[in-house]
Amino acid sequence: MTAFDVATLRKEFPTLDRDVDGHRLVYLDSAATSQTPIAVLDAMDRYYRTFRSNVNRGVYQLAEEATDAFEGARANVASFVDADVRGVVFTKNATEACNLIAYAWVRRHLGPGDVMLSTMMEHHANHVPFTTAAKEQGFELRHVPLTSDGQLDLAAAEALVADGRVTFAAFAHVSNVLGTINPVTALRALVRAANPDAKVLVDGTQAVPHMPVSFRTLDVDFYAFTGHKMLGPTGIGVLLAAPEVLETMEPFLTGGDMIRDVTLDGATWNDIPHRFEAGTPMVAEVIGLGAAVDWLRAHDMAAIREHEVALIDAFLSALSDLDGVEIYGPRDVSVRGGALSFAVDGVHPHDVGSMLGSRGVCVRVGHHCAKPLMRCLGVSATARASLHVYNDVDDIEPLVDGIQAAQRFFAR
Amino acid sequence: MTMEDLYQEIILDHYRKPKNRQPQLEGESVHVHHSNPLCGDEMDLRVRIGDGVLDAVVFDGDGCSISQASASAMTQAITGRTLDDVLELAEDFRTMMHGEEPKRADDLGDGVAFRGVAKFPVRVKCALLGWMAVRDAIETYQEGASAHSVTHDD
Repeated sequence: MTAFDVATLRKEFPTLDRDVDGHRLVYLDSAATSQTPIAVLDAMDRYYRTFRSNVNRGVYQLAEEATDAFEGARANVASFVDADVRGVVFTKNATEACNLIAYAWVRRHLGPGDVMLSTMMEHHANHVPFTTAAKEQGFELRHVPLTSDGQLDLAAAEALVADGRVTFAAFAHVSNVLGTINPVTALRALVRAANPDAKVLVDGTQAVPHMPVSFRTLDVDFYAFTGHKMLGPTGIGVLLAAPEVLETMEPFLTGGDMIRDVTLDGATWNDIPHRFEAGTPMVAEVIGLGAAVDWLRAHDMAAIREHEVALIDAFLSALSDLDGVEIYGPRDVSVRGGALSFAVDGVHPHDVGSMLGSRGVCVRVGHHCAKPLMRCLGVSATARASLHVYNDVDDIEPLVDGIQAAQRFFAR
Repeated sequence: MTMEDLYQEIILDHYRKPKNRQPQLEGESVHVHHSNPLCGDEMDLRVRIGDGVLDAVVFDGDGCSISQASASAMTQAITGRTLDDVLELAEDFRTMMHGEEPKRADDLGDGVAFRGVAKFPVRVKCALLGWMAVRDAIETYQEGASAHSVTHDD
């Protein structure tokens, strides 16, 4: 169906080679975490086996090699998402990146009278840091509602920003539940048209692993994503920031590495982005992320997106053909990523997940860290199949068979 | 781990034809609402208590087969017992879900069928939901209140 030879490509992902109780592993949970190619494992292994040392401080060769690999990965990430390398801050994950903004920007700039614009579809990572800040700082939260097919209602958004009081906006690039690809530039333009000084954070966690992303073209102030959903290791996230905004910001965490000078009663701060990276960073994970970026780039993000679009369409068709299965989110694949949430009439998502799991099919069940959205959909949980480059049409039948088995098994 | 390890026939029977599943209870003494936010299980449990005896118990809610079936089996096991006895039985069920031998297997009745759930750690909370709710209902009653709401976090 596409230019990808998925069968060959899968051999690069050791986990995909295993079975589960005699069933082929069908991994449909990449929106939770992706699998890791050997190239990423090797890159991290090489660091631990041949040049392990700390970065940005030693003067010996090992330390130089480690620093080169670490800063080389930063430059690699920057070019991958078309961002200025001075605005690439390494964090633990996307959650920490959002918290960095909640502490180092929002708490310092928003107060009573200010409004933050969010949406009804946010992951808790891009929601809780700001509801918490709002309680402390006394600013107001407004949420862009959804259309019936799970897209942001831009007409409603326009009304929400009309009074010019929105000074900060945060929203997802791609929904982890509905799969919706949000019109980032249109919403950013609405926000800035109403208030040119407003800052915009986008949670790109479900976008960067699956499609070409240009931070410069999106033209937002902050953009967060995580390594472990883009074939990289766990424990590494990225905050992209416009350098001119980052320059004005005080640090989030303080300590070693992020300082220029320290006295008995104070300190001055290092240059960006190091100002926002206190302590020894996750060196191996950054190197692993760099290798993941190499892998994705070699396979071409536009081609990966094309492969996924065809696959999403095939999965949606197959699920739509099933009686008693409801699919959430847009049907139009041009505004859709690979998170496919569905409900099976009369069978609780947890039971659907157990049946699928017993057949080697890994899907996520629950609220997907998006409880406000679950309430909006009027459900307590959904089942979610999610795709990545290593999925193919041969993963559809095990999913469909498992859903039908659950329907038979739990029939009342 | 097969589906049959988790979903024994007795469990499926209770799921398909739950006992004492009702939205209201005449003469209700206490109503509690319990939820497992991780799975999205929600349960309303109502008890009628007289002379230190659990006279009647009904549940209603939305949740997976394990949570609903476990609550159904529980209502059969505890109706007519003294409050202290119910609390003791609830503790026996709880320790069974953590892998221990039940001391009162006969009194747990169909509840014993849920022993296999102990092998599925993420489902233990589902099986415990009804039992946690009834324990809370009794404690709420003993504190002189008539309603309580609890969210079970991880």
